[in-house]
Amino acid sequence: MRIKNTTFYSIWIPITSVVLGLLVGAIIMALSGFDPLANYISLLTGALGSANAIGEVLRSATPLILTGLGFAVANSAGFFNIGLAGQALIGWLASVSFALAFPGLPSILMLPGAILAGAIAGALWSGIAGFLRAYFGASEVITTIMLNYVALYGTNAVVKSFLAAGDGDYSKTIPAAARLRTPFLEQLTQNSTFHWGLLVALAGAVVIWWLMKRTTMGFEIRAVGLNEDAAQYAGMSTKRTIIAAMLISGALAGLGGAMEGLGNFQNIIVNTALPPIGFDGMSVSLLAGGSPIGIVLSALLFGILKIGGLNISIASTTPPEIVDIVIAAVIFFVGANYIIRFAGQRLSSLKGKKEGATK
Amino acid sequence: MGQEIAIQLSDLTKRFGNFTANDHISMTVDFGTVHALLGENGAGKTTLMNMLSGILKPTSGQIFVRGQAVQLNSAKDATKLGIGMVHQHFMLVDNFTVLENIILGSEPNHGGVIDRKAARQAIIALSEQYGLQIDPDALVADISVGMQQRVEIVKVLYRSADILIFDEPTAVLTPQEVTELLAIFRQLAEEGKAVILISHKLQELKAVADVTTIIRRGQVIETVQTSDTTTEELAELMVGRPIDLTQEHPDVALGPDFLTLTNVTVVDNQKLPRVHNLSLNVRGGEIVGLAGIDGNGQSELVKAITGLLPVDSGTIMINGQNLTNASVRQITQSGVGHIPEDRQKFGLILPMSLVDNMSLQDYTNAPYATHGLLHPQAMLTTTEQLIQEYDVRSSSPWQSAGSLSGGNQQKLIIARELSRQPQLLIAMNPTRGLDVGAIEFIHNQIMAARNAGHAVLLISYELDEIRQLADRIAVIHSGQIVGEAQTHDLDVNQIGLMMAGETITKSEVTHAN
Repeated sequence: MRIKNTTFYSIWIPITSVVLGLLVGAIIMALSGFDPLANYISLLTGALGSANAIGEVLRSATPLILTGLGFAVANSAGFFNIGLAGQALIGWLASVSFALAFPGLPSILMLPGAILAGAIAGALWSGIAGFLRAYFGASEVITTIMLNYVALYGTNAVVKSFLAAGDGDYSKTIPAAARLRTPFLEQLTQNSTFHWGLLVALAGAVVIWWLMKRTTMGFEIRAVGLNEDAAQYAGMSTKRTIIAAMLISGALAGLGGAMEGLGNFQNIIVNTALPPIGFDGMSVSLLAGGSPIGIVLSALLFGILKIGGLNISIASTTPPEIVDIVIAAVIFFVGANYIIRFAGQRLSSLKGKKEGATK
Repeated sequence: MGQEIAIQLSDLTKRFGNFTANDHISMTVDFGTVHALLGENGAGKTTLMNMLSGILKPTSGQIFVRGQAVQLNSAKDATKLGIGMVHQHFMLVDNFTVLENIILGSEPNHGGVIDRKAARQAIIALSEQYGLQIDPDALVADISVGMQQRVEIVKVLYRSADILIFDEPTAVLTPQEVTELLAIFRQLAEEGKAVILISHKLQELKAVADVTTIIRRGQVIETVQTSDTTTEELAELMVGRPIDLTQEHPDVALGPDFLTLTNVTVVDNQKLPRVHNLSLNVRGGEIVGLAGIDGNGQSELVKAITGLLPVDSGTIMINGQNLTNASVRQITQSGVGHIPEDRQKFGLILPMSLVDNMSLQDYTNAPYATHGLLHPQAMLTTTEQLIQEYDVRSSSPWQSAGSLSGGNQQKLIIARELSRQPQLLIAMNPTRGLDVGAIEFIHNQIMAARNAGHAVLLISYELDEIRQLADRIAVIHSGQIVGEAQTHDLDVNQIGLMMAGETITKSEVTHAN
């Protein structure tokens, strides 16, 4: 009974959230004098109407899967990792730096090396917050926010001082051996930016599912996140577990950044703000309730909304901000899923009462 | 007032979905009596009282208060009718004073300004009238559990309740406090109030209740005059089969010391000693009962032995190994089973499944795991087997531990800890809040561990439990052992006095060892 209920809610709550979000988006568009139906149609065609569009959607979902998984792992251990964006940026920097530092490496060494560099850098960066929390009780919310700023401006300084030519604000393009985008994929998707990183992201989802469900480490992470006292009683080291969860989380975020560096941009630029994949990854993970399969699906949804949203402003006069509002509305309803859950339970209890009365 | 009817329940039924918690319950409670409601955990007593106090609505049936049919839509309605409930878990605000807690929700005021003077007078008058000693200005966080209970009672009386419901009121009290409380119940009844007492402690019911209604699986089994019924009969009516809580203590050859504490001191965060220079040993084949009032260092001692709290000085030898300040894992793996004080906080991870919880101590070892990889099938097989063996009533091994009743949660912990065949079992309040049937089961399991030659350290706030199970009793007060003797050499009064901090001279007690 209970188990069925949980599955029921974990499927229906995200769907209801999305539908309500789209509905609110439609109302806002209608009130602002734009045609919601036409806009949603051009959103869909913009996202799924061509091989190129689908390639872009998949490309856009790739880093979100990884940052989403990163958030989920930390969250399982009871750790709110707000630093995904900073960790992703550090991973991006590390992967591009690796590629630029060893331009002569063959692809078979270059790609794994650059990807690994991104993961390790992200892990170390989030490890700082994990260490501070485990040994000094410092709130990870504050430390990761602060580390985001350090990552942003530190990365910019490194790009300007070491990687950019002259007074420029972007690095050289990485050597071909390090690129995740290939002519074959470009051909396949009408010159979209789709790249092999999707395989890395999907493999990440499988590995994280396996880690959380099938390893003692995953068991410890879940136990510590749900009840730290009982975890200690069972002989688990909560400090070690927190740090492990944070390292894994940061590694995934770093991988997400590496996907941007090696796949999407193929260089690193001076950023004026943190890469959006960090915070979008949080939303992706929350929408999915932390489940790896759900994260893949909700990352795809985000990709569709983002890429399709671009087409709305091309096909009509609707400003792109409207699309952001629709996405925000979806996230809002996810955050408010308590209300949906409550309404659902209220309905079923009313039904139960009626049944009870007729018996 | 005599025998006026306070409450009459007629065919009261409460269903939750397909589950019937109360099945056509009819009973009558008179003013001027103490009426006990006796039943196992999950028998439906609390559901019934929640309907009476307006928290739940009946599916069908009728409640009459003072002969009037009533519809209770909220706790406020119940209060208006003079019904007051003292819950098992106190509903007090820790950092409010006693006075503030009592008036909370019905503050006497002049245009929004609380009239503390009037409140204080009313409270002092009440506490004097009933001999309920309370300090109106103390913070609830600072007062003893016994006084918190008195505060709850004054709170109910302050709302001029004359139908008082008490849910398991003695679970947290010392024997002396229990005696006082029972006297207060009698006094309330003599004043003409109706007292409804929910309990599964038969001795107390015998001592105080005029009438006892027994509920089993949501149905009224019988209503009896308590004085005409023996405790054995009451227990049998409640559980539906004969119950015997007395334990045979067959002779078992005493083994070596499995646990030796030497001058152990444990300090708290403020560097105050909670356990002070304490020495104690437990040998194989014996149960040592540690008696004492809540808060005298028992929790800290258990946590120090099991590695959850650092030991400041002294040594802890377990099974011949010095395990002072060893890690929790080292200690459990050296053959220690630990039934923790708070099953929901320490013993279980409530949102996790029965399978996960059953594997909690040994999830790193074969057959549950090898090389860091879990084997869910092995976990499931063991869980199913233990659920069967220890009669953990559940619908699926994958349901969450939080969805089990308290008694079954405890059985799950007992199953996990005892199936590991620990040479030293540390059990703290293993039957707290459980009914006689479950208590009997758990006591038998603990006894079986002793008879198999294992060492058991039993820490309990229930003196009866210690006297039934322990071969030897040590009494703890302010973190020190104030007395120690074979169980049959001590009577309740001596133990009670020691629990209150009085040292008994050697001439009064024949010392062991």
